[in-house]
Amino acid sequence: MREAFDQWQFVIAAYVLGVGVSIALVAGSWLAMRRAEKRRDKARGK
Amino acid sequence: MHGFANPARFLRIARIATPLCLALGAVIALGALGWGLWFAPADALQGDTVRIVYLHVPTAWLGMMGWGAIATASFTEIVWRHPLAGIAARAVALPGAVFTALCLVTGSLWGRPAWGAWWVWDGRLTSMLVLLFLYFGYMALAAASEEAGGGQGQGQARVAAIFGLVGAVNIPVIHYSVIWWNSLHQPPSITMGKSAMDPAFLVPLLASMLGFSLVFASVVLMRMRAILANAQAEARLRRKALGGVSGPEISGDA
Repeated sequence: MREAFDQWQFVIAAYVLGVGVSIALVAGSWLAMRRAEKRRDKARGK
Repeated sequence: MHGFANPARFLRIARIATPLCLALGAVIALGALGWGLWFAPADALQGDTVRIVYLHVPTAWLGMMGWGAIATASFTEIVWRHPLAGIAARAVALPGAVFTALCLVTGSLWGRPAWGAWWVWDGRLTSMLVLLFLYFGYMALAAASEEAGGGQGQGQARVAAIFGLVGAVNIPVIHYSVIWWNSLHQPPSITMGKSAMDPAFLVPLLASMLGFSLVFASVVLMRMRAILANAQAEARLRRKALGGVSGPEISGDA
């Protein structure tokens, strides 16, 4: 017997994962950059 | 081109380019995904699952282009000893690995309803999985060279650069895998200068690829800035610890 798929479940899962992981990547990279630049400025005594 | 290898000049350009790429990329990518989700038509055979293409193809493109960038930067690092080349390669590794993993997961989510299987060990899927492992290997080597205090051109850093260069052999294997071997995966729909896709699918797909590429570029710039800032802080702290004896520092802003 053929399984019946709700195609939208797969589409939504892919979009939630894709957009969520991309946002996490951007946020993580931005935070790492800000932290590093603050550390550099502190080391320079700014 | 060598002019951009100056870290101070790079930082001046990156401070403008980072928010610009991020804002433009986010607007274009989210617009293209919304277009693909609500306005693009469903496929006659695959139905609504074809909408996964607007995420799957850009992530695959960036996974492969990411390694292309690592290989180019590694070549530049080995041949010309550009101070920024090694930093650029290291900055690309994590976003490249993330997008490769996203490509595999979105492909799996598309494969289940389309093929009836989450995973098959065919040429395309397996070579893409190999690419993910190559990224892991590169990141481990780059981290080991950092721990050993290896700068550009030094032994450990050169090992990572050589690995980045040799790993590029997998990129044509990924591309031609669907032509060389029998595969459930479809052959390339977009080739140089022509496309087998209807414009109703192609236009939002190209927009999504452009948007994600800009977001990817902004992430790479942020990571390069972070690596540079950390290197500058380390150099400054080392100089202070040595009582003001001058040592090498990657020059940044004044």
